[in-house]
Amino acid sequence: MVSIVIVSHSKRLAEGVKELLNQTVKGNVIVESVGGLAIDPKVIGTDPLAIKRAILHVMDSGGVLIVCDLGSAIISSKAAIKMLPKEIREKVIIADAPLVEGSFAAAVEISSGGSLNDARNAAEDSKNLRKV
Amino acid sequence: MDLTKTLDTSDFIEIICRVSLVMEENEEYLTDLDAAIGDADHGINMNRGFKSVVEQLKKTDPDSDVGDVLMTTGTVLMEMVGGAAGPLYGMMFTGMASAASDKKEVNNADLAAIFIEGLKAVQDIGGGTMPGDKTMVDTLYPAVQEFNKSHDTTCAGLINVLERALMAADQGLKSTIPLIAKKGRASYLGERAVGHQDPGATSAYLIIKVIYDFARGKGE
Repeated sequence: MVSIVIVSHSKRLAEGVKELLNQTVKGNVIVESVGGLAIDPKVIGTDPLAIKRAILHVMDSGGVLIVCDLGSAIISSKAAIKMLPKEIREKVIIADAPLVEGSFAAAVEISSGGSLNDARNAAEDSKNLRKV
Repeated sequence: MDLTKTLDTSDFIEIICRVSLVMEENEEYLTDLDAAIGDADHGINMNRGFKSVVEQLKKTDPDSDVGDVLMTTGTVLMEMVGGAAGPLYGMMFTGMASAASDKKEVNNADLAAIFIEGLKAVQDIGGGTMPGDKTMVDTLYPAVQEFNKSHDTTCAGLINVLERALMAADQGLKSTIPLIAKKGRASYLGERAVGHQDPGATSAYLIIKVIYDFARGKGE
């Protein structure tokens, strides 16, 4: 099964998104949140080593989809992926998607049996959803 | 200075310690540059990051090689710096480490390889960052090209190439002033970033200057 890693600059924002997803998919999808610096979670920022640990923690046969908030969350996630062993690295994708809508769409897709690519597509398609 | 071995592990530790001092001296300057087009934390981040690196390097095993020093530097920066500078400089130094593993001293050609790997890591992680994007690559890229051109492996050659690299970095740094940013937070500003020197390009310049000053001091 595919797992989701939420990466935000804010630990509380990442945890909030995880809470929202868990409520939606009722524990059918493993969601991990990572935000702030591991060394001091009150500091706003992203920590490649903490992201790497989160990926390894939830890695399953289906792979891991990462959904990020802003700019350096992407850079840190890319750095984290680079530090993974090759066979694991190939099973991790960063979605080019908004944090809440993208991770929500991916979670729904995964809970109905979607693959890593399906989850990524669902997350990325959420960019085109009009809210109003 | 010995002509066959240019910089050893303790030299690299000394260089990183000096980078830390320079980041402390320039904390306000870098933060002011960042206040204009970013989130006003670059100087604070770089100072805090390198201070932690120096603390960690104090515990360095005497048997360490240059790759270990660079790896520690990169890893601590990733852990301690929350902004984009953390992963970018972190990957730069760990990239550099990959070109220096098992080397207790590096010559001119090794130093070139170290810089090339460091630049490659930054460009790669930034999503193919090129000069003109208003980032640290604007100073690193032209500096590294000077290493690519140089085949003189003597000590004088090292200082010469570092001097040319520093001049190229300086030009690259100034070239960021009129640019519209294509990467990072400043890219949200569009035209409003024009007229401001890039903070990341500035800290990258400061690092190159420390290396040049160190090599020149050692060569005398």
